[in-house]
Amino acid sequence: MGQKHLTLIFIGILAVAFPFLVTSDYYLHLVIIALMWVVIGSAWNLLAGFTGQVSFGHAMFFGVGAYTAGIIVTKLEMSAWWGMMFGGVTAMLIGLFVGWVCFRLRGPYFALATLAGSEIFRLIATNWESLTEGMVGILIIQTFTSKLPYYYIALTLAFLCIFFIHVVMKSKWGYYFVSIREDQDAAESMGINTTRYKNVSLLISSFFTGMAGAFYMNYMAFIDPHVVFSLHYISIMAILVGIVGGVATIMGPAVGAFIMIGLQETFRSAFFGLAPPWTSEAHILVFGLLVIFVILFLPNGIVGDWSKIKRNMFRIKASS
Amino acid sequence: MALLEVKNLTKAFGGLKAVNDVTFHVDEGEIMGLIGPNGSGKTTIFNCINNYYSITSGDVIFKGNSIKGLKTHKICHLGIGRTFQVVKPLARMTVLDNVTASAFCRVGSIKEAKEEAAKILEFSGLTDHKDKLAKSLPIGGRKRLEIARALATKPEMLLLDETAAGLTPSELDEAIELIQKIRENGTTILIVEHIMKVIMTISDRIHAINFGQTIGEGTPHEVANNPAVITAYLGEAYAQC
Repeated sequence: MGQKHLTLIFIGILAVAFPFLVTSDYYLHLVIIALMWVVIGSAWNLLAGFTGQVSFGHAMFFGVGAYTAGIIVTKLEMSAWWGMMFGGVTAMLIGLFVGWVCFRLRGPYFALATLAGSEIFRLIATNWESLTEGMVGILIIQTFTSKLPYYYIALTLAFLCIFFIHVVMKSKWGYYFVSIREDQDAAESMGINTTRYKNVSLLISSFFTGMAGAFYMNYMAFIDPHVVFSLHYISIMAILVGIVGGVATIMGPAVGAFIMIGLQETFRSAFFGLAPPWTSEAHILVFGLLVIFVILFLPNGIVGDWSKIKRNMFRIKASS
Repeated sequence: MALLEVKNLTKAFGGLKAVNDVTFHVDEGEIMGLIGPNGSGKTTIFNCINNYYSITSGDVIFKGNSIKGLKTHKICHLGIGRTFQVVKPLARMTVLDNVTASAFCRVGSIKEAKEEAAKILEFSGLTDHKDKLAKSLPIGGRKRLEIARALATKPEMLLLDETAAGLTPSELDEAIELIQKIRENGTTILIVEHIMKVIMTISDRIHAINFGQTIGEGTPHEVANNPAVITAYLGEAYAQC
């Protein structure tokens, strides 16, 4: 237990000091994006990993959060930072509606309904041009020219998200979420209002995902429907982050986010320019292989199967 | 006073009436047995009582008020706990967490819920297994866990669905003892059971059904000698002698 706390404190100090240790804007950018994915992955994991309601459409909440922030700037001419709050709240309202409709469905039907939901929002954002500028997208002016403030905002958001989920999972809600995942009928007969608590989980999840979306708008300063409502760059990525890091573990998505963003960037940049350019097309293939590997050998993800990984590494070391 | 009244209960699945016009009541503090051959509708009656299925016609009255149409979790809060015939352990939670989650039905804080759960595990003889995952329990333990989880909701009325099925003879005696202990604590019990040793030993009264219809009611002795019940179980040839 003591060692675990020391590790966490060490990671915390490292995280706060990071911009001063690595001054390159490029690496800082990667870490900011990874921190944003920590938030999305953790939010997805709360709903899918802990509550057992797998969503294939988290891009819906991400996109709605991003568009809320964008519209607040372009239409209402307010500061983009209001969007951080309103982005989360709007995504939560969408979550409320989605829950009301989709939680009548169970298992794969719920997953498919969320998938359809995110496509609906992508089409709305594409076609409601008077509000969203359609395919042209929304362009705003960044508040800060330096990446430093964005880094600390992303870090705070990631910390708050993980801490909040940690607290929730230690509470009555946490017990209820896991009970619902394990057996919805048993949970109902234990006096748990399963519909209500599935919605609670969805609301928390959509709130943080919406916040991440609003942060993305502020940081990248440009969005269009194909970026923020993307099936494979957002919805599927959220699932990969969760699965690779470890479904139903608090720190899993955080680890998964850094691995996935690291991999994605390594391939996108064709091994930082060292490999032939065609390798940059290969990152989706590698994601696929990675998922197959994780499901076969580490079904609980890197964090969930950490003891197994340690044991195997030790064995390799001992035998060599 | 009747704690639970089932009045003219009918449940139809399409054209098939799984339960047809069944009426009985359970008095406060008694153990009522519900017997019948396979497929006679016993579990369906349970599922109708806590609205796992919606009732086609008839009524279910608990403490004088109709509970027909209430949500399953509401019925649990009113004081009817149940176990499942096909056990539903929350597999990837520890035994203690299973019961703790259930204890939140009556208490607010996590500390109280854990204390309550520990007490119930002690009562149902699962303390030694409390830190194991529920999926690692053998069938006897899972059946106990079902009971423990139902008890954690502090029910006034407990519906036990074949909690003795699949147990070894020694486990069976323990199960009987546990059920009697629950009754001594003031919980009224409605029990479905196939094992005659259990049902005959513990029941105050028995209600027998076949093909969804009542075929007899009375003390264990009366029901065992009821020709209709004997016919249902053994065939007409045995009913005459």
